[in-house]
Formats: sequence, C-alpha cells, structure tokens
Amino acid sequence: MRYLSEYRDPQMARALVDRILDSATRRWTLMEVCGGQTHTIVKQGINEVLSDAVEMIHGPGCPVCVTPLEQIDRALHLASRPDVIFTSFGDMLRVPGSECDLLQVKARGGSVRIVYSPLDAVEIARANPDREVVFFAVGFETTAPANAMAVWRARELGLRNFSVLVSHVTVPPAMVAILEDPACRVQGFLAAGHVCTVMGWEEYEPLSERYAVPIVVTGFEPLDILEGIWMTVKQLEEGRHEVENQYVRSVRRGGNRRAQELVAEVFRTVDRGWRGIGSIPHSGLGLSEAFAEFDAERRFDLDSIRAEEPEICRAGDVLRGQIKPFDCPAFGSACTPERPLGAPMVSAEGACAAYYNFGRLHMGQGVGS
Amino acid sequence: MISAPSLQNRVCPMPHNDDERIQLGHGSGGKMSAQLLRDRFLPRFGSAHLRALGDGALVPVEGGEIVISTDTFVVSPLEFPGGNIGHLAIHGTVNDLAMMGATPRYLSVGFVLEEGLELPVLDRILDSMRDTAEACGIEVVTGDTKVVERGKADGLFVNTTGVGFLPPGFRPGPDRAEPGDVVIVSGPVARHGMAIMAVREGLSFEADIESDTASLAPLVASMREAAGPAVHALRDATRGGLASTLNEIAAASGVGVMLEGPPPVPAPVEAACEMLGLDPLYVANEGVLVAFVSPEAEQDVLAALRGHPVGIGAACIGVVTDEHPGTVAMRTALGGTRVVDMLPGDQLPRIC
Repeated sequence: MRYLSEYRDPQMARALVDRILDSATRRWTLMEVCGGQTHTIVKQGINEVLSDAVEMIHGPGCPVCVTPLEQIDRALHLASRPDVIFTSFGDMLRVPGSECDLLQVKARGGSVRIVYSPLDAVEIARANPDREVVFFAVGFETTAPANAMAVWRARELGLRNFSVLVSHVTVPPAMVAILEDPACRVQGFLAAGHVCTVMGWEEYEPLSERYAVPIVVTGFEPLDILEGIWMTVKQLEEGRHEVENQYVRSVRRGGNRRAQELVAEVFRTVDRGWRGIGSIPHSGLGLSEAFAEFDAERRFDLDSIRAEEPEICRAGDVLRGQIKPFDCPAFGSACTPERPLGAPMVSAEGACAAYYNFGRLHMGQGVGS
Repeated sequence: MISAPSLQNRVCPMPHNDDERIQLGHGSGGKMSAQLLRDRFLPRFGSAHLRALGDGALVPVEGGEIVISTDTFVVSPLEFPGGNIGHLAIHGTVNDLAMMGATPRYLSVGFVLEEGLELPVLDRILDSMRDTAEACGIEVVTGDTKVVERGKADGLFVNTTGVGFLPPGFRPGPDRAEPGDVVIVSGPVARHGMAIMAVREGLSFEADIESDTASLAPLVASMREAAGPAVHALRDATRGGLASTLNEIAAASGVGVMLEGPPPVPAPVEAACEMLGLDPLYVANEGVLVAFVSPEAEQDVLAALRGHPVGIGAACIGVVTDEHPGTVAMRTALGGTRVVDMLPGDQLPRIC
C-alpha cells in the first residue's frame, strides 16, 4: 500500500537495526510516548531485536488507558440513562469502570454507539432531536481538534441535545511528571508523531533543555520507530540533547496552527487525573466557558459520581515505566484482555495488552526488557 | 478459569465478564464465544460427536458415516456488495460440511421473518438460495418459516442444516494437524467483514470491497483428489477471522503454528483495515479455507486450489511445530516473533 509499505520494508529495517546496534556503546533507556508506537514496537518485535542497545519503556500515551476511572463511571452512568444516546470511539467500550463497561451497559439496554468521527455524533444528535446525545471526548492533542470541531459545529447548528463528556489529556505535562520522578530512568524520548502533527514541537524544546534529554518526534511505522530510536541513540552517544524531527512527512515545527486555534477556542487547560498515575497539574483540556453549555458534566450533574483508584493496580508503575508488564504478578494470570484488572490491558495500544498479545512467547527469556 | 485468589478481592478496574447477560462479543467467534460454548453448552450436551468440535459432526449410519452441520445466519444489511444472506446461508453450511471432508447433499432451511419485510427482498434472497444450492449440488429437502412482530428480528434470520456423504479414506479433522505440516490459505483474507463494515458504517473507500462468499466444496474435492490423506485438517476462516481459526486448530491438535508473515490481503481491504485500526487477521471471511497438509503434499495442494477461481490466490503461510503447543505465532519482518492470539470479543476500531 502506498505511503505505508515503504515504511515497512524489511531490508531497510534490518539495516537500521544493524546501525543502531553498531552505534550504541552501551544500553540506553528510551521511552516511546505514544501507545500507537508501543503497539508497533511490540508487534514487530523491535524491542526484542534491539535489546542489546536499548531498553524501551512504554510511556503513558494510550488515551484509553489513562482515562480516569471516575470519567468511565460517569460515561457508564450517562449511557444507562434512557434519554441518552451515548457515542464513543470503539476502544473505549471495553474499558472497565467500577461496576461494568459500556458493552455491558449496551447489553442491558443502554443506547451505546460506536462512531468513527465525532462529527458523526453531531449528526446523530441532529437526527434524534428528542434524545440527548453525548460524545465521549477522550484522547491526546491528536483527537482534540476533531472533537473541538464537533462542539463548534453543534453550536453552529444550534443543537441543544448534544454534549461532550471530556477527558482530554496533553503530553508535555505528563513528560514533566515522568522526568520529575526521582526514580525516572528515561534517557531519551520518542515524542508522539501525531500529537506533534497538531501541536508541532516548540513546546518540547524547553523540556529537552531543562532536563538535558533528547526528544525525537517519531512516526508509527516500523522504519519510523527505528529511525527515531537511531536518532535518539546518536544524540546520546554524541552527548547532545535537542529536539529533532524524524516524522518529517507529517510534522512541522509550528504544527497545525488552524487546529491549535480551534482547540484554544473550544477548550481550556485544566488539571486532569490520569488512571494509574494520579492528578497532573495543567495536563488536561476541558470545555472553555464559551462552550460550557455543551459540557455533559454540567448538563447532567455528574459531580456525585466519584471513584478512587485502588492502590493494588500496578498499571501506574507500568505507565510510568517503573516496571515491565511481565513484572506484575497479575500479568497473564489474574489479568488478561478478557479479564482486565488494569486499563493498560484493555486497549490494543495499552502496554500490557501489547505484551500479552504479541510478546508472550518471550516471557521468562528476558527479551523485551 | 484463570484466577489468582489473592487478587480477586481487590477492586482495581475489576473484570466484568461475569455479567449474567449475553453480549455481542459472545457471538464474535473469539474467546467469549469459546467460553460460552465451554461453560454453558458442552456441560449439558455430552455427545462425543459434539465434543470433537468440528465444523460438523461425523455420525454413524447403517453402512457408513455421514456428516451433519448446522449454522444460523444473521447479517445486517441483508444485501451487501458481493452477495446477500441467502448466499451466506447456503455457502456457510456447504463449507462446514466440506471442511469435514464430506460431499454436501441435502439441506434444510428455517426462516424467522420479521413483520414488514418487503417481499421483493425475500424473493431476491430466495432466488439467490435456489441458484447457489443448485451450483453447489445440494438439494433443499425440508424447511420451515416463522413470522415475528416488527422489531423482533432484523428483517430475517435463516438457519440451514446440511447432510453430507463421506468419500472413503478422507477424514480431515481439527485435531489432526501434525508438527511438520504446512499451513495453506486458499486466498486473500478479510474481504467479507470489511465489505459488511463498509456498508453498515456508511464508509466508502476508493475501490469497492465485495464479500468473498463462495462455496469451498470444489476446492476440497480437488485437494482430496490431489493429496487425499495428506490433508490433515481443514477449516473455513469465518467469524473471528484467520487468527481465530488457526488458534482453534492449534488448540484442538495440541500443536503450535508459526506463520512466516502476514497472510495475503487485497490492497483496498488492507487500506480499509489500516484506516479503521483493524487487524485483517481477525476480520471475517465467507470463502476462505485453511488447510493443514503434509509437507510433501504442499505443491499438489497449492496446484489443486489454484485450479479454481476461488483458490487462485492460495498461498502457504506457515508451518506446524511442536513448540508452544496451542499457540499461534508469527515471524515479524525484523526477524522477531509475536503471538497471534484469539481476541476476547469483537475487534474494536481504534481511537487514533
């Protein structure tokens, strides 16, 4: 397939692997920020073939995984209401809340619909004027512009039956939280290519400077990842720390200004809880005052729905890169994709699910660590 | 059941699969389907023929053995690019009989019709069933119709039950794959599921994607002639896709499967899967079979398959190994390996 097969070429991939193995004089510890990158790394066995040169720590960049339990419970509450059509991206449907998940709410009679674009949710609202239509607006900066557009469009159409349950998160504050952790072992980052397509990389420059850490904006195909790793390793070997862009076919330094403006108009920065990590200041987006009427939390009075993250779940240690999924005592036994104990086991992009689905052959062989 | 009591009392994001209701995932062909069968059906129906878990049952009759297979068809929309529910209903049962090595002969059809179903739609579906049955050489010998109130069925549901005769000396079974066998797929995968999804979700792609619904019986007949008992196991890779089918055979035979790479996928289907974040390995087919055959018969079987339009894209995709029994793995382009597991339920489109 054009624009994809080129970035999956096995010969070029092996050449890059050799180059990384040759250039590393020691084993470096890198973090890929985005769940999509984790998926490729584990699916293609990149961590396996590079294990002599780099240890990959899987970052918190899976929006499904980091959506706080409280927001999931609120989604479940809304979806259970007979007057609500609850719309969501597909992979949120199996995320366990305190008592059940959206698929089970659906089985009990709740109206839960998968949409591929938030604008589809707006269309559903237009077609069902007698029902409240709620869209579950989750994701990083990547999905924020499209979700902002849906709210903007709903206002343009004068829709009074459309609202969004927002659980947006942003990457740089999470990277700061990781870097500020005294136990942090990360020496270089692969930044999330699609987040940077929207946001550019200017905001990563002060991070790279302050924490003396290389940050390479990286894509999602095998060759992207390998080149991103190679660029990061090269910086580390040469004692440099700067922001570089591997994903040149998609990302510009300033990002997509129009999308940023739309996001800035519809959303505002808020403190946000991350499942498994806890609250991170200024790490989320909520609706701005100008669009507050579309906030499902206001419209439905969801304040009484509270949930505490339990302490047992080691998902937080996985998401912070402190342990590998394999190191969790529940991994693959008490916790599997059919019976997830923690959110990273739920989404295909979650670190635990990626290890479970693709990496189990190497359990106990020390590969992938 | 997998459990670790020390963790069961913790209230992390707890598992919720114990909900006392059927979910759509129970019909996905993945682990939830297998669990439903294992926990609720098999304990109640103990027949050894059932426990073999073939695509059909091989049962003794006076003077020999026959194969019986049944399948119920639900699809929305009823008509889709490449076919309709009538094609599926005939091909599905014909294929299940063929996977047991049988020659399909007789068929029963049972309909649940919804009040309000347009008769021209029913006529088109029945015409397709008549033509398809004729082409497959199977005779519809008995049937039934029921009508339910509007809203109680999705247009129509149809069940078909088929009987096939077993040619002597040919007994492929899901538990007969052996280490050393090669794994052959009869054509490119993921067409049916993506064709349905494209229509259902109103998605349009550059090229139309058509269902692959087809009879696989002629392919099996040719394989039997070309390689006979060297064909150890056959299964059509329907719901749950190729990955689920391979896992079922690996589990039933107690062997491991190592795929040499991804299976063939038509370019427009691959593009659609990429766009939606779906893995073609788990997307349903209605005209693709997997054959586990002795390595010395590989070329004969490939030639036999490629002699039919449906099998023209046949390819060897992997081997059976005695390592990691019950597990399907794939070599990655980088020389790594990964597990190709069954999914719990339906594949969910990814967020971004």
